[in-house]
Amino acid sequence: MSISAEKQRELLRSMIRIRAFEERVRDLFAAGRLPGFVHLSIGQEGVAAGASSALRSDDYVLSTHRGHGHMVAKGADTARMMAELFAKRTGSCKGKGGSMHIADASVGVLGANGVVAGGLSIAAGVGLSIKQRRSGQVCLCFFGDGAANRGPFHEALNLAVIWKLPVVFVCENNGWASSTAHRYACAVPDVAVRAAGYGLRGVIVNGMDTLEVYGAVREAVERARAGGGPAFIEAKVVRWQGHYEGDPQGYRDRAEIADGKSRDPIERLGTKLAGEGACGTEQIAEMHRAAQEEMDRAVAFGESSPLPAPEEALEDLFAAQQ
Amino acid sequence: MRKLTMAEALREALIEEMTRDPRVFLIGEDLRAGVPFGVTKGLAELFGEDRVLDTPISEAAIIGASLGAAITGMRPVADMHFADFVTCAMDEVVNQIAKVRYMFGGQVDVPLTLRMPTGSVKGAAAHHSQSLEAWFVHTPGLHVVFPSTPADAKGLLKTSIRGLDPVLFFEHKRLYKMSGEVPEEEVLIPLGQADVKRPGSDVTVIATGWMVHQALDAADRLSQDGIEAEVVDPRCLAPFDKAALFASVRKTTRVVIVEEAARTGAFGAQVAAWIVEEIFDALDAPVRRVAARDVPMPFSPPLEEYVLPQVRDIVDAVRQVVG
Repeated sequence: MSISAEKQRELLRSMIRIRAFEERVRDLFAAGRLPGFVHLSIGQEGVAAGASSALRSDDYVLSTHRGHGHMVAKGADTARMMAELFAKRTGSCKGKGGSMHIADASVGVLGANGVVAGGLSIAAGVGLSIKQRRSGQVCLCFFGDGAANRGPFHEALNLAVIWKLPVVFVCENNGWASSTAHRYACAVPDVAVRAAGYGLRGVIVNGMDTLEVYGAVREAVERARAGGGPAFIEAKVVRWQGHYEGDPQGYRDRAEIADGKSRDPIERLGTKLAGEGACGTEQIAEMHRAAQEEMDRAVAFGESSPLPAPEEALEDLFAAQQ
Repeated sequence: MRKLTMAEALREALIEEMTRDPRVFLIGEDLRAGVPFGVTKGLAELFGEDRVLDTPISEAAIIGASLGAAITGMRPVADMHFADFVTCAMDEVVNQIAKVRYMFGGQVDVPLTLRMPTGSVKGAAAHHSQSLEAWFVHTPGLHVVFPSTPADAKGLLKTSIRGLDPVLFFEHKRLYKMSGEVPEEEVLIPLGQADVKRPGSDVTVIATGWMVHQALDAADRLSQDGIEAEVVDPRCLAPFDKAALFASVRKTTRVVIVEEAARTGAFGAQVAAWIVEEIFDALDAPVRRVAARDVPMPFSPPLEEYVLPQVRDIVDAVRQVVG
């Protein structure tokens, strides 16, 4: 599959923006300036960027607790996202969702999810709705390796297949369900082999290579859009941070993290593009600068926005308040 | 007026709403065959299999998929087959459906109706007899509807399907074959409006589902002794029509709360709390409750009868409060 230089630059820019967002959140959280807790996707940007870049703007995404990157990649406004993490009324969810329930329906992101595997059956329903409305959209569902051991994973995959729904399931296998190793918790090393139990081909890609992710997802999305039914892709990635910010990670071998950092998806694509003359080092530096300026604005917006009034806690429960 | 069974009335509501709005579709187990209660029988022939979706036995997927469809422009009417099986999909109901509008700051509508065949039916035992409605009243973000007559069932189901919020619609299994008058013309019953099923001056008996009929039987017996019970059916547990209940209690000054659910932590306990907290001064006697005993539903008929509230229990409770 050929990927245009323009598309590759778009992928690089998307990853750089995600990294910039996540590093800001890391630092703000460490400084005690964000309430709650956050799960960062630093190191996994290649999956969010690669998968989302294969979508149309009106396609849908179901995300996970580690979902900031999915939002940024799909086009969510980073200022409103940052305001949500600052718990402000100008946030994506008016300060009611926070990091783990962040959503932006205006760009098709139907929510991060605080429950592992919570998004898979919802994604099947979105696929069903797309089919019923004959809208030609596609739903992309992110989940982690931990989700593969929950029942709804199996129910949703089965339903998507028997109804031939336009859903692309993308497993981000970072090897860890919180502090529990995938190699311990899962009966098979590759989540993708479970797809065969539902008549699907499980495709495995290197999630540290965003071009590989993009290629596989693009093919799956095109097939789903054409009525070919669901697809299953497992992207092998390395989580650079802890499960949550502040996680001491005593359970983890530092060599694994070092290996992940040596395979930085942003460096990988940047080096390739520079080598091919598709993107000069100055152009890459400019992408970083632009991302930092965008995040400066996002943080300033989040910081300067007002907190919600306490009684706003009673709003948005129902369409019309009873 | 013509008479329909509750199953026929529900079926009519589904036909009318599916005819009116192409976004309405049915999803659940055994819908095309229409077993075991007959409500959806023949609807696939009328509307096509694309709108009457038989699913595998996958409760989490039924409800999760309904949510996904509801937030992207469709109006699913899901069927839990037996309300007991919602336990296999509690994440989808409690964490997802009930919260998605709120935690996303009002970004999405959730026009989703979940039909819940509920309650005891002779000998169905522990996994097919429960009355779990209190769990969902305790979950902010859900509407909980529980009709007792065919006309109420039809009018409330139509309103539920047209709404923009998730509704758990409890249908008592013993009432599917019960007949009642149902108007030919379209009637939409607003959620949160109680109905006085029998006027009376001496005591208020508030009851839900099948227990409305048990309460009406009890009221007939009490009437022979000159005690006139007013039977109030809230029809919706959330939103709940406090004004109607309080008006009745202020009039009668005595109240008995009747429900089929296991007693401890049941919805009736909340009703008692509202009365005591808000209109204690209106009472001339302590609030009494009639509910099931706190055990799983046993199979053997004498055991089941012992566990379930009986008409005589309601009569006894009323005699105690009217002294």
